[in-house]
Amino acid sequence: MSLDVSEIGSIPSAWTRRHLLGLEDLSVEELNILLDSAEMFKEATDDCTRKIPVLTGRTCANLFFENSTRTRLSFSLAMRRLGGDTLDFASGSSSMSKGETVIDTAKNIEAMGIDLVVCRHRTPGVPHLLANNLNCSVINAGDGPHEHPTQGLLDILTIRQQRGTLAGLTVALVGDIQFSRTARSNIWGLRKLGAHVILCGPATLVSPLWREFGVEISHNLDDILPRCDVLNLLRIQFERQSTRPFPSVREYAHLYAMNRQRMDRAKDGVLILAPGPINRGVEVTTDVADGPHSLILSQVTNGLAVRMAALWLVCGAAARDSE
Amino acid sequence: MPTTLIQNGRVIDPSQDVDRVTNVLLRDGKVVGFDAPSGQYDQVIDATGKIVTPGLIDMHVHLREPGREEDETIATGTASAAAGGFTSIACIPNTAPPIDTQATVEFIQHQAARAGHCNVFVVACVSKNREGKELAEIGQLVEAGAVAFSDDGAPVYDAELMRRALEYCSMFDKPILNHAEVMELTRGGGMMHEGIVSLLLGLPGMPSAAEDVMIGRDIALMDVTGGRVHVMHISTAGGVALVRQAKLAGSRVTTEICPHHFTLTDECLRTFDSNYKMSPPLRSRLDVEACIEGLIDDTIEVICTDHAPHALEKKMQEIDVAPFGIVGLETCLPLTISQLIEPGHLTWSQAVKKLTINPARILGVDKGTLKPGADADVTIIDPNLEWTCDPQQFRSKSKNSPFAGWEFTGRAVMTLVGGRTAFRL
Repeated sequence: MSLDVSEIGSIPSAWTRRHLLGLEDLSVEELNILLDSAEMFKEATDDCTRKIPVLTGRTCANLFFENSTRTRLSFSLAMRRLGGDTLDFASGSSSMSKGETVIDTAKNIEAMGIDLVVCRHRTPGVPHLLANNLNCSVINAGDGPHEHPTQGLLDILTIRQQRGTLAGLTVALVGDIQFSRTARSNIWGLRKLGAHVILCGPATLVSPLWREFGVEISHNLDDILPRCDVLNLLRIQFERQSTRPFPSVREYAHLYAMNRQRMDRAKDGVLILAPGPINRGVEVTTDVADGPHSLILSQVTNGLAVRMAALWLVCGAAARDSE
Repeated sequence: MPTTLIQNGRVIDPSQDVDRVTNVLLRDGKVVGFDAPSGQYDQVIDATGKIVTPGLIDMHVHLREPGREEDETIATGTASAAAGGFTSIACIPNTAPPIDTQATVEFIQHQAARAGHCNVFVVACVSKNREGKELAEIGQLVEAGAVAFSDDGAPVYDAELMRRALEYCSMFDKPILNHAEVMELTRGGGMMHEGIVSLLLGLPGMPSAAEDVMIGRDIALMDVTGGRVHVMHISTAGGVALVRQAKLAGSRVTTEICPHHFTLTDECLRTFDSNYKMSPPLRSRLDVEACIEGLIDDTIEVICTDHAPHALEKKMQEIDVAPFGIVGLETCLPLTISQLIEPGHLTWSQAVKKLTINPARILGVDKGTLKPGADADVTIIDPNLEWTCDPQQFRSKSKNSPFAGWEFTGRAVMTLVGGRTAFRL
């Protein structure tokens, strides 16, 4: 059953972006518009289970040049909940394998009359390349290790729902920072909203240069645990690494896996997040992943809400531009 | 006997320590001398308010032919050189096939002569098929006219091969031009300088150490062999320090820099524009400052372009797939003026030296001077001409330049090769 569209007004006048390419460039106001809009959609649709047809007649192409299940499904469902249509593309089955350039592929799909591209690609900057070469809106659904803005937003929304605010919280991103787009989007969003960020992991994956941006660096999880309000456990991105950045998975888990013993050292109300897919036994043990502190499944629901908000905002800004 | 008088220009010829307003007389493709009186000549070029220099030399140009004529041909590349004020260039042998036989050297020479835009000196491969395994037939390549040896595109990687190449080339007093890069440190897909910007963008980095370590190796190998290494396209503060230190200790090592490395930084990559992707990569602000210091104290004695044309469709790709390199022949002199001369880092004479007699000496070619009897290769520069860089106007077949839209003051307005007009604006 659909809801009345009139429940949702027009997009806030402070939102002017036709593209959502990353969180690094966003203002605090823009971040809050995204988070508040996500909250609004979540409430209006009973946790994103009902339709609210504000994008009827709009078509979104999911251009996933890199494998994805969760994010692609989440964007598709979000678009349908908003009454729009989706077009799915997977690079393995396309003319990409025949040597077509990514710009040509995207232009051809755009010529079919789409309003918006959601792009995932192994290479940083591809969504930016598309934004510069297409007329439609572009949302970055992950560009290599660079940014994954909706993931950063859904992590932040999940924390905000639990604690009301990000200001003053200590949030640790644990694991593979070097190859993680989730880490980068989180760092920008969390810092802007006033959280203290700790990056924790092996020295091969956590550059000391990050200190330049006001974040704390640690290589010892046990040391920082008692200070953390939130732990976001990042997956080791084996597929992006040309050489193994630590001696063995066993040693990594020994030093950095969030397990029962480490939970005992953590703050009482510590929140456990993981962007998924999780590797049980590597960055997090099963008892913790499925335990009472884990917010992993609320993150997934929030992902839907954040993507509805992002789709609605960029489409609204594009429509306003063309008026 | 055709005669040309270049009248009333400010003649800057560092090979003779000349910087004064005078007339230059050319006859029959050769320089007669300065201070020629006005009078009857076949051609009189009024150079009032202009700068007259020995024809500029670019010792690092990728002409792409044979093999990649979609990017550049010898005809278009040499036309681009002339338009940039260059009367001589040295072409790098990473063609397909690579320049590793006498036949290929002669092919280049014939194509250059047919095109007739400027002089082309051939740099031949150090190793057969540029594979870095066995020495190419260096002696015969020298006989064919090769002026230097390089496996550029890639370094001479094997230290023992480099050692042998240096020993062998020392017989002919030919330099080895080496691309300094320790590949283990860049093979994780490195595509930009490793630093804060690469960290932000999530792009795999190429650490400065990858360049510095090999420069250090090559300097050490020179000591062992008595050979001569010319460090190509230096870009790091550490590399400049190593070369400076070696020179102080008496080494014959030489080095060159490209305008983009004294002009741009890795910050440019924030646009993800592949026209900022080159190897070595654009480095940090500190590296740029150290390179300018190196230019000032003559640690870096040559300015060259590393002109690397790529067809548009190759550059309009994901930044990891797009090839390294930019075209440079038509922006080298303007950037030298705007980045080095205008801010007062170099005098005109110092800058012209790095574009004329210095590369000529390193390559051992009889160019880069306006001494009586020299080839009448002359560049006339209007230092006050204001213009906007539009790559679509380049003579080069490729347009991959990050300097599109830049406003410049000064450029070559006339290029004479052997007394003949090769370019006139």
